[in-house]
Amino acid sequence: MTRLLTMKNIVIDGQTGDTWTPIIKGLDLVLDKGEVLGLIGESGAGKSTLGLASMGYTRQGCRITSGSIVFDGMELFDAPESQMRGIRGVRIAYVAQSAAASFNPAHRLIRQYAEGPVQHGLMSTAEAEEKAVATYRQLLLPDPENIGYRFPHQVSGGQLQRAMVAMAMSCQPDIIIFDEPTTALDVTTQIEVLAAIKEITRRFDTAAIYITHDLAVVAQLADRIMVLRYGELVEENDAREMLANPRETYTRDLLAVRSFKKGKINGNSKREVILEVKGVTASYTGEDNVLEAIDLKIRRGRTVALVGESGSGKSTLARVITGLLPPAKGRIVFKGEELPAALKSRRRGELRRLQMIYQMPDTALNPRQKIRKIIGRPLSFYFNYDRKQQERRILELLEQIELPEDYIERYPTELSGGEKQRICIARALAAQPDLIICDEVTSALDQLVAEEILKLLLGLQGKLKVSYLFITHDLATVKAISDEIVVMLNGRIVEKGPKQEILKPPHHEYTELLLSSVPEMDPEWLDSFLKTRAIQGSRISHLPTSTA
Amino acid sequence: MSTAIKTLLSAPISARLGMGMVFITLLAALLAPVIAPYGETEIAADVWMPVSSDHWIGTDNLGRDLFSRLMYGARNTIAIAFLITALSFVIGVVLGFLAATVGGWTDQFLSRCVDILMAFPTLIFALMVLSVVGTSIPALVVVIALLDSTRVYRLSRAVAMDIEVMEFVEAARLRGEGLWWLMRHEILPNAMPPLVAEFGLRFCFVFLFIAALSFLGLGIQPPTADWGSMVRENSGAITFGIYTPLWPAGAIAFLTVGVNLIVDWFLHIASGLED
Repeated sequence: MTRLLTMKNIVIDGQTGDTWTPIIKGLDLVLDKGEVLGLIGESGAGKSTLGLASMGYTRQGCRITSGSIVFDGMELFDAPESQMRGIRGVRIAYVAQSAAASFNPAHRLIRQYAEGPVQHGLMSTAEAEEKAVATYRQLLLPDPENIGYRFPHQVSGGQLQRAMVAMAMSCQPDIIIFDEPTTALDVTTQIEVLAAIKEITRRFDTAAIYITHDLAVVAQLADRIMVLRYGELVEENDAREMLANPRETYTRDLLAVRSFKKGKINGNSKREVILEVKGVTASYTGEDNVLEAIDLKIRRGRTVALVGESGSGKSTLARVITGLLPPAKGRIVFKGEELPAALKSRRRGELRRLQMIYQMPDTALNPRQKIRKIIGRPLSFYFNYDRKQQERRILELLEQIELPEDYIERYPTELSGGEKQRICIARALAAQPDLIICDEVTSALDQLVAEEILKLLLGLQGKLKVSYLFITHDLATVKAISDEIVVMLNGRIVEKGPKQEILKPPHHEYTELLLSSVPEMDPEWLDSFLKTRAIQGSRISHLPTSTA
Repeated sequence: MSTAIKTLLSAPISARLGMGMVFITLLAALLAPVIAPYGETEIAADVWMPVSSDHWIGTDNLGRDLFSRLMYGARNTIAIAFLITALSFVIGVVLGFLAATVGGWTDQFLSRCVDILMAFPTLIFALMVLSVVGTSIPALVVVIALLDSTRVYRLSRAVAMDIEVMEFVEAARLRGEGLWWLMRHEILPNAMPPLVAEFGLRFCFVFLFIAALSFLGLGIQPPTADWGSMVRENSGAITFGIYTPLWPAGAIAFLTVGVNLIVDWFLHIASGLED
């Protein structure tokens, strides 16, 4: 195996204000021709930073302080820009996480593909466009001859991501750095992109550095895996070896994520029905219905998981229930009383008992309000607590969400993602609600942090008997915390019932598709999945899934 | 508080220079009755006398001490300009936030009214209204404030619309919070940086606008000292090769540049651009 890339003792510093602090503390990385290296770790571990450094590139506010980066015999550390330009995009390419942000919305896809090779003098525009069509075909994009002539906004997320992979391949690079390319995609779309990446790296013997936080995904592609934490190497091993026998505790924690399960529930019908959705049909424009005939029941102290992919209508249902979008047909009944359809018409008492927690804790908290005000406002608004009562209750709530007392003086910007989400939970709890709608509350968090949040939510449910409507697209979460599952597709409920029943076959076809699309830790999983899919292809293809 | 002080101390040289310039002018304005060697309207010597130990920058077209007039002018002009800017901001911000938060027909109505107002050239419009209403100080303040509030409306509406789509505003709405709470506690604190910068800019424009109006005779009336009027009154001196009007004009420029330097720095911080 020819050694393609050798990075030795890389130290990268990041700038905050006037001080430089090390982000990467002396790491080594080697890559052979045709090898796929997986870089895994949580946010802030330094994966992207290290991946970019292999091109001799750092983001704004970072610098490579020391170390040696030898690519194909050339030293890249401190190399002149002219040399770097000849390498970046041509011999080492980069595929970013957000395809939407990486494409220029004003130019057609094929033109952006051709930009690289033409600029570097490798081929003419016509040749580049021909090659583009060929690559699109290899990546299994629909209508490969014409899809390149569309604009970025005219293709779906999965298609755009594959177009970006194609663009990275345009100069036939030796190494491609994939920076979390499937994190923002649905499970069923992710499969297509993973298959495409595997195909392309195999066919052209391209080496790859695959950066992700999802172990199951990296298990499908990588030959070797490096686990990073806080800028240091935790473990490095052959992929199959590491998955079978992880050495470090941290690695084992990452592998064991979402293995905790909620206890089985017994006999449902005796519990009080908190929320009932009856025959709700809703639309944004008055013409196309985003929701069709939704019927749903949530009982006290139970968690109903609402599962579906992007565009299935889960968040829209949340908006109907909270009153932000009055339904065209149907009613919402809360504890036996019908709720007014519009938010404006609801009384304070009705509003209090239904709370919501959002996906992005960064935008869900007002950055200019201290924690005291964020949690204290529901207390004074709903219960008219005075200063002293507020203070006491806020401290109680901080204890319940397992945060220290002095956080009361802090601003949200001084907290981490997981801590901010806990504050959001406390804000919802302060109102003493009967039902909390959790809208993808763990999707934006790292796996280990998300696990803590889920444990917290379950613990609070046990203590306070609060019900959850848990909206998510992550099936592992669903398996872990739900009592009942509702599966949505294109605005309709395709299947609903107790968790055990839904997860046991036989399933509705779409549920089958969803459940089987979740990557498993088994490295053979992707290949066998694609084989079975090819066989079943004719059976499932008539389903109106989101086009990937 | 400490973050505010830290930010102040981290200001670049240009901003510090600006702060110094504004500080000097404010000092002059505040201490005018104490520092000024002569009265505001006191005729002390001969017309358009040159710089001397008695009159540090000479006298004006009526023989009044120019230095004292500059001090008092600072007072009058800054006070009125500040009042106008504050009033225009109150009107503009409240209406702008309202339009952004309520949306729908309220937004349409307000925005179209503002569009109509903005269609008139401001100077002509102000001259027209003032010649009808008279040039008393209250009339001046109200007219200019109304005209200026249209720009503030546009900015605050745009800023509020950016903030209004954030989830924490929706969370407050879902709680059942009323309009006042949303505007005052959710939107306003997040809108401060661009609004403060705009305040500084508006102040400068108002300043120049008053000076222009006074120069045309419809602003602050004599004998009240006002930098704009002083330029007008002393403009005849140029024909004699005497540069007296340059002093009040220079003072206007001095304050404008000072405020602009500070505002530039503010905008730089608010925009979040890398250095």
